[in-house]
Amino acid sequence: MSETTDVKRLSVFKTYKLYVGGKFPRSESGRVYEVSDSKGNWLANAPLASRKDARDAVVAARKAFGGWSGATAYNRGQILYRIAEMLEGRREQFVREVGEAEGLSKSKAAAVVDAAIDRWVWYAGWTDKVAQIAGGGNPVAGPFFNLSTPEPTGVVAVVAPQDSSFLGLVSVIAPVIATGSTTVVIASESAPLPALSLGEVLATSDLPGGVINILTGKASEIAPSLAAHQDVNAIDLTGAGHGSDLARDLEIAAADNLKRVLRPSASPDWTAPQGTERLTAFLETKTVWHPTGSLGASGSAY
Amino acid sequence: MPTSASAPASAFVDATASDSALRRFLHGLPGVDAVGLEARAAALGTRSIKTTAKAYAIDLAISMIDLTTLEGADTPGKVRALCAKGAHPDPTDRTTPTVAAICVYPDMAATAKEALAGTGIKVASVATAFPAGRAALPVKLADVRDAVEAGADEIDMVIDRGAFLAGHYLKVYEEIVAVKAECGDKARLKVIFETGELSTYDNIRRASWIGMMAGADFIKTSTGKVAVNATPANTLLMLEAVRDYRAQTGIQIGVKPAGGIRSTKDALKFLVLVNETVGADWLDNHWFRFGASSLLNDLLMQRQKLSTGRYSGPDYVTVD
Amino acid sequence: MTFEYAPAPESRAVVDIAPSYGLFIDGEFTEAADGKVFKTVSPSTEEVLSEVALAGKDDVDRAVKAARKAFEKWSALPGSERAKYLFRIARIIQERSRELAVLETLDNGKPIKETRDADLPLVAAHFFYYAGWADKLDHAGYGANPRPLGVAGQVIPWNFPLLMLAWKIAPALATGNTVVLKPAETTPLSALFFADICRQAGLPRGVVNILPGYGDTGAALVNHPDVNKVAFTGSTAVGKAIARSVAGTDKKVTLELGGKGANIVFDDAPIDQAVEGIVTGIFFNQGQVCCAGSRLLVQESIQDELLDALKRRLSTLRLGDPLDKNTDIGAINSAEQLARITALAETGEAEGAERWSAPCELPSSGYWFAPTLFTNVTQAHTVARDEIFGPVLSVLSFRTPDEAVAKANNTQYGLSAGIWTEKGSRILAVANKLRAGVVWANTFNKFDPTSPFGGYKESGYGREGGRHGLEAYLDV
Repeated sequence: MSETTDVKRLSVFKTYKLYVGGKFPRSESGRVYEVSDSKGNWLANAPLASRKDARDAVVAARKAFGGWSGATAYNRGQILYRIAEMLEGRREQFVREVGEAEGLSKSKAAAVVDAAIDRWVWYAGWTDKVAQIAGGGNPVAGPFFNLSTPEPTGVVAVVAPQDSSFLGLVSVIAPVIATGSTTVVIASESAPLPALSLGEVLATSDLPGGVINILTGKASEIAPSLAAHQDVNAIDLTGAGHGSDLARDLEIAAADNLKRVLRPSASPDWTAPQGTERLTAFLETKTVWHPTGSLGASGSAY
Repeated sequence: MPTSASAPASAFVDATASDSALRRFLHGLPGVDAVGLEARAAALGTRSIKTTAKAYAIDLAISMIDLTTLEGADTPGKVRALCAKGAHPDPTDRTTPTVAAICVYPDMAATAKEALAGTGIKVASVATAFPAGRAALPVKLADVRDAVEAGADEIDMVIDRGAFLAGHYLKVYEEIVAVKAECGDKARLKVIFETGELSTYDNIRRASWIGMMAGADFIKTSTGKVAVNATPANTLLMLEAVRDYRAQTGIQIGVKPAGGIRSTKDALKFLVLVNETVGADWLDNHWFRFGASSLLNDLLMQRQKLSTGRYSGPDYVTVD
Repeated sequence: MTFEYAPAPESRAVVDIAPSYGLFIDGEFTEAADGKVFKTVSPSTEEVLSEVALAGKDDVDRAVKAARKAFEKWSALPGSERAKYLFRIARIIQERSRELAVLETLDNGKPIKETRDADLPLVAAHFFYYAGWADKLDHAGYGANPRPLGVAGQVIPWNFPLLMLAWKIAPALATGNTVVLKPAETTPLSALFFADICRQAGLPRGVVNILPGYGDTGAALVNHPDVNKVAFTGSTAVGKAIARSVAGTDKKVTLELGGKGANIVFDDAPIDQAVEGIVTGIFFNQGQVCCAGSRLLVQESIQDELLDALKRRLSTLRLGDPLDKNTDIGAINSAEQLARITALAETGEAEGAERWSAPCELPSSGYWFAPTLFTNVTQAHTVARDEIFGPVLSVLSFRTPDEAVAKANNTQYGLSAGIWTEKGSRILAVANKLRAGVVWANTFNKFDPTSPFGGYKESGYGREGGRHGLEAYLDV
């Protein structure tokens, strides 16, 4: 062994790939772009996803929607919790990646990763409760049973936050899938690596392929085709930036099939406790009526 | 005019071959949604029947009445008075139509027959141990025979609700067949289901089909002796049954709501049900009857109002 | 002899329509800034009912200013006080319901039976329901002390003029917003009568402003920079235009748009009630209903039987004078709408679908269309895809529940659907799979203020009615 003792071991780089339909494809365009840390040091090449990648991702998300929305809320909760478990096991990796991506100290990056893991746990617990706070029986003035139930909107395109590459990302996709929708998310353009690594976690968390599809690249290139896509039901513009021309243009494109649009908020605080707004943003309320009527008309009197 | 039933329709030989076959047939009939049925009946109840339409409907309703007395206290005198009332409902207006029939217990049938001679008014007699129907079949048949021999033109029988509710549909069916045979060609048979005791609309639809298949000339809601008698909804349901039966067999069967119909307004609602469910073919006292006692006076008061323009009062109609 | 119903007209004397009406801005009736007016006619006779001021851009600005000014005090009122104004309005509507029913029937053309028994009772109920919310918003599930948005710009259609007004105004006021509402150009009168009810109720000036006008008035309202909330009920095309025009703003939007509802009849349906439900589904309000069951999906095994029963039933529908209490089918709302229905029906025939119309005599004046159904329709036919918004039913068949659901969902719309079967588990399974905001099982076209209403997909977004209906008017 003596011949190798003074040679430093060469580390193995990771080839970062998209996460679409439960698989890890390269961009069909064959393009990549350089990703650097906050000091400008090269970290990796990330796939530069194209409109066709977005199209494929929508197909995968649509295909997954029936099974995911039809799964029991309990089952979805188990899977979201499983994601938290898997992340906990790879905590050190994500602390490093988030630290590099966002230029955070180890302790600050660790706080972000911990918050992200806890956010999965928070939403895992919501899956089988949201119907009880967002739905319910309606006391109509007639002989009818009347029940309103929230249902997932369908395929939700998400422009993830640019600054918060991991906690922000988790905070926008977890509520979408918690309620049964499936998603195509465009990760932070400048800091895409934590998102791509998250794909690897998702692939080993019992999450059916296609429920979350992760694209990296330019939101300005990919998002317009998602906003205009007729088989996408909703779009979360968070990462497009409050008051930006891109956000406005995406909202205009989204009107073609009346997508539900979640506009960017002015100053999102991802570390703050989350309310239910993001859970309910991508729910449809279905109200079902059925006659009740009487048991029968009467009895004998003699 | 379509023919009336004379014998169990041959189309239903298979359905009535056994208790289980009959059960399968009856449970294969379309279900009834209670809220929807009642909503339809209520909606038809909002029809506004005015002026000429009201005059027509009032006379039609009078002509469809089976003027009824079914009391333990009935006497020949009471029955004769009722017959006179049926023949001349409004002594002040001889254009008033006569009622369709006088409905009595079997022991009063002969009295009624005699009193109604020459009027064209039928004698209807309840039978088969009316109203509970709790007697052995031979007793029921004897009851029918007695009424027919006394001159009854129509027999109002009750079905065996106990057998029906116990699921012995074939027993119910066979009893009606036997009574029908006893009536022969001398009397038309009305089959009373006592809908208030059958309780559910699904049961009322099934009973209607049992009655029709067994040879009923009329299907009738109730005895007037229980808490819930004729209602717009159960009558609508039975009208749908006779409509469907004729469409399937060509045989027309009459309908008689009985009990609880007291006002002109109510009677008009029932006629609207007939008009818009089965149509003009049933707008005749050969095919539709009201089993009622106090209804007639209200119709007469409304009739007087239409002809004089003044509201009438109970002192201007007779109390019999 | 047959039982012919004599004419039974509701008296017109109960309503006094003025020869002209102004805009209602800041508590006063006023002329349009540019003096423009338009006429509103009775669609059943083409008689001119009144001349109404036509609001332009300046008027919109004036009304929004009035609403903005009123907002400060109105939103600061204790909820319990706002509630009492709404209760007053509800009560006055009940008191004046016959008058309003006759007015609505005259201006809209729908039967008095419907305005009297459906529209007006629901209007009053809606105000009653939301009145009670005004001081209970802390308990509505939107956090403590949820705030109103500000000025709501509301644009409503002609099919249920006063009811759509109620759906818009009641929740808006209960939550503390002020409103500028534009009624449809063919049915402005009941909204103007409502303005008078606001005065009777003593509602503060500027809280409710009514601006009759056409589409450009609506566009001016929706695009006004000082409007915080846009609520629209109408066509999907206009809904999309509104969604585009508010893009990039902070305006909150709810849209209640078109539909092509599937009414699914299984072979074990309660057939007589299903027939009634089909009739209610497509012929209520002459089919001019966004949630109409305009596509009948019938299981192939009972298709012939059901169609026979349906045609028999349609033959008993009474078309004619909307004021006659026995009229089932009234007039089409406008010449324009009649032309659209006529053209789509002709397209149906041209594409090979089989047309059947109920035998009925159409009056010589006014806008009328006989109840019509198309058979041999497939998913590819225009009459199975486009919203006709008229008394025209397209009949399609299916073989299995899967196929029924697939066909029902095969549309860009997602507002309503019907299911007819006696099998409870099938109702629940099918209802679960239908992508529609309102599912009526063994019933159809039922509405209630407590029950959220609104669509999936291109039928719009947001819900009206119930606790859900508050969200559209709260900053949450």
